[in-house]
Amino acid sequence: MSGDLVGWLRRYGTSLFLVALIVFFGLENSRFLSIRNVTNILTEVSIYGIIAVGMTFVILTAGVDLAVGSLLAFAGMAGAYAMRALGADYTLSWLVAMSTATAVGALVGYLQGKTVTLFNVPPFIVTLGGLTIWRGATLILNDGSPISGFDASYRWWGTGAIAGIPVPVLIFALVVAMGFITQRYTRYGRYIYAVGGNPEAARLNGLDVPAIITSVYLIVGALAGLAGFLLSARLGAAEAVGGVGYELRVIASVVIGGASLAGGRGGVGGTIIGALLIGVLTNGLVIMHVSSYWQQIVIGLIIVAAVAFDTYAKSRR
Amino acid sequence: MTGLVLSVRDVHKRFPGVKALDGVDLEVQAGEVHALLGENGAGKSTLLKILSGAQRWDRGEAALNAVPLDPNASPRDRQRLGLITIYQEFNLLPFMSIAENLFLGREPTRRGFIDWRTLHDNARALLASIGLDVDPRREVRHLSVAHQQMVEIGRAVAQQAKLIVMDEPTAALSGREVEILHGVMRELKARGASFIYVTHRLDEVKQVCDSYTVLRDGRFVARGQVSDVQIRDLVNLMVGRDVEFAKLVRRTRPGAALLAVQGVSRARDLSGRHAMALQDLSIDIRAGEILGFAGLVGAGRTELARIIFGADRCDRGVLYLSGAQMSPLRSPKEAIRAGFALVPEDRKQQGCFLEQSITHNITLPSLKRISRWGIFVDEAKERQLVDTYQAALSIKMANPTVAIGTLSGGNQQKVLLARCMALKPKVLIVDEPTRGIDIGAKSEVHQLLSSMAESGIALIIISSEMSEVLALSDRIVVFREGRISGTLDAQDASEAKLMQLMAISAAATERAAG
Repeated sequence: MSGDLVGWLRRYGTSLFLVALIVFFGLENSRFLSIRNVTNILTEVSIYGIIAVGMTFVILTAGVDLAVGSLLAFAGMAGAYAMRALGADYTLSWLVAMSTATAVGALVGYLQGKTVTLFNVPPFIVTLGGLTIWRGATLILNDGSPISGFDASYRWWGTGAIAGIPVPVLIFALVVAMGFITQRYTRYGRYIYAVGGNPEAARLNGLDVPAIITSVYLIVGALAGLAGFLLSARLGAAEAVGGVGYELRVIASVVIGGASLAGGRGGVGGTIIGALLIGVLTNGLVIMHVSSYWQQIVIGLIIVAAVAFDTYAKSRR
Repeated sequence: MTGLVLSVRDVHKRFPGVKALDGVDLEVQAGEVHALLGENGAGKSTLLKILSGAQRWDRGEAALNAVPLDPNASPRDRQRLGLITIYQEFNLLPFMSIAENLFLGREPTRRGFIDWRTLHDNARALLASIGLDVDPRREVRHLSVAHQQMVEIGRAVAQQAKLIVMDEPTAALSGREVEILHGVMRELKARGASFIYVTHRLDEVKQVCDSYTVLRDGRFVARGQVSDVQIRDLVNLMVGRDVEFAKLVRRTRPGAALLAVQGVSRARDLSGRHAMALQDLSIDIRAGEILGFAGLVGAGRTELARIIFGADRCDRGVLYLSGAQMSPLRSPKEAIRAGFALVPEDRKQQGCFLEQSITHNITLPSLKRISRWGIFVDEAKERQLVDTYQAALSIKMANPTVAIGTLSGGNQQKVLLARCMALKPKVLIVDEPTRGIDIGAKSEVHQLLSSMAESGIALIIISSEMSEVLALSDRIVVFREGRISGTLDAQDASEAKLMQLMAISAAATERAAG
């Protein structure tokens, strides 16, 4: 392959692959591009896509957060728990749940970030611990049973729509916009890239590296909490098994989107493509009646292929 | 025993954008300790990596005992030939015993299982032969740095090493430990082993080495017998005098006293991160003055600068900025707020964000000042800032959105200077202002530094090139082995005087006195 082509593919290959998949599934089965199915895909993608925006920042600092799936369940459960504790069927019950879930997520994220920076424990280990800790905490919180019985205003956040667009998708769009603005236009965004690209140089330029690293875990935690609330609203229940395995989908979205696990390279734009790719693939394979066992294999292969190609393209420069 | 053990002829090695080795020769005779000398960046590390098989060379020849070396051979292949390299960071397995480390991969076996008794007996015999009295069953991580080094040497002996390459073996050792190491080296030498010995401590060259090779800027400079040469000649060869910089005359005189640093001390750190103790370092500098820091690498010049900038800690010391006393700065963040700026020693590792644009590299520490509500970067102001300093420093670039990694070394250095200038510092520390950049860019950088002093900034310039320090400084502080060995006014300073203050080891002086 010529160098230009490799560079071009590195840049647009994932988007191209996404379009190709959409065309392929669309031709295979007319149901795939029906409004109902597209809405479905987008809503599904939105839940983990929201977390993936935060994960992009974490991975930009050369970190990773494996606890997001468990944290989603824990924060979602905590939100529903707080709502129920204040009585049943009152106005703004959704607000109690939403703010509790987000705050609990942020707090847990902050604690994990602090553990990483204060005790110099690798993020992989801290959040691997978090992965089981918060799942366990979710089970303890309500003895392993789900909390349900939400009112209509609560459920609207998961099932409602404005002008035909599902609410979770709108929130995803909002989070993406904020993520993009942060990355592109703010001082904080620059700091994240600096810390990920060269932590020692960042320190010598007066950046508070530990504070910046802590903050990205806080952000991804808050977003996992928000996603936990949305998922409970969508399903009509906060479940202890909610979000199992989400960490893999979220990290895969970021990595397929072109971010480097070594930090300093990647962005929210790529992550959205990655998240959509996973969503389209999962849904398309279901529609084609490919067994869910095979889906896992296909997604795994694509992650490895995407990163392998990226490494290959980089080595050719 | 005579004969050439190693011969390296006209070896070249390029990295993207840099000629790391540009025609290097090296000859090591059987049964001698050969010193490989040069300043940082002279190509010593690259040469060692090539010899050990960690990297391949592009052009040239090398032979071990007259057998040509294959440029593509792996480190394992080289070890099999008896060419063993001992790096500063040891290649020992910390959680395994001494005996296991000594005979790793060559354990004696009985019916396919490790024969522990023979292993320990062999290890004990080997350790005794190099004068190390420890239990071979101890785990390596419990040993001191010096003993770990002995184990490395023992492993080399176990592998029947013909040539042992040692990269700064004494950097983390105390005086007593150095003597023990040298004793073992002499013992092994008497048995026919040869050594390549890389060090910055030149008195050790006199103590233990037989011959030397000096590299500079990736080129072979000189070789000879240690007995025929003075330490100051070696310094001269290492530092080089091929470029004479014109003394820059400034239109302004230094103004009021700005910064005083008093009594900075720091104990030697046994982990080896701060190998040299710093003892009672004091300097003062006035606004508009250029204070040069001279000395060999590791003598304390960069160490003091990093302490002043808050990048490293010290045990004791006081700072006076514009007369006000303050404790040593705890972080670069505090230092920048207090009006300090630093262009670090290693441009790529400590200075640049290589994948980021020139603009982002220049404005990073100034972003607070050019952001709306401290949050959103005001891109108009940012462009203005970049334009101002691009023009002032005449940075050559296609446009400021390209990655800094695509620029030449000289232009990268100007970007880092622009970054500091944009902070409008009171005190600017520049560590190796012109390392690895071409001659034309060097004198441009000198002009810039000089005009910064004229604008009233107090500058600390650290350099291994004596002519650079002499050309720029109003006064020169000379560092030697963690102490300040003298301060010279520019008009009284000469290379000869600097060398005298730099080179002769305090230890050697003490011995002469005692």
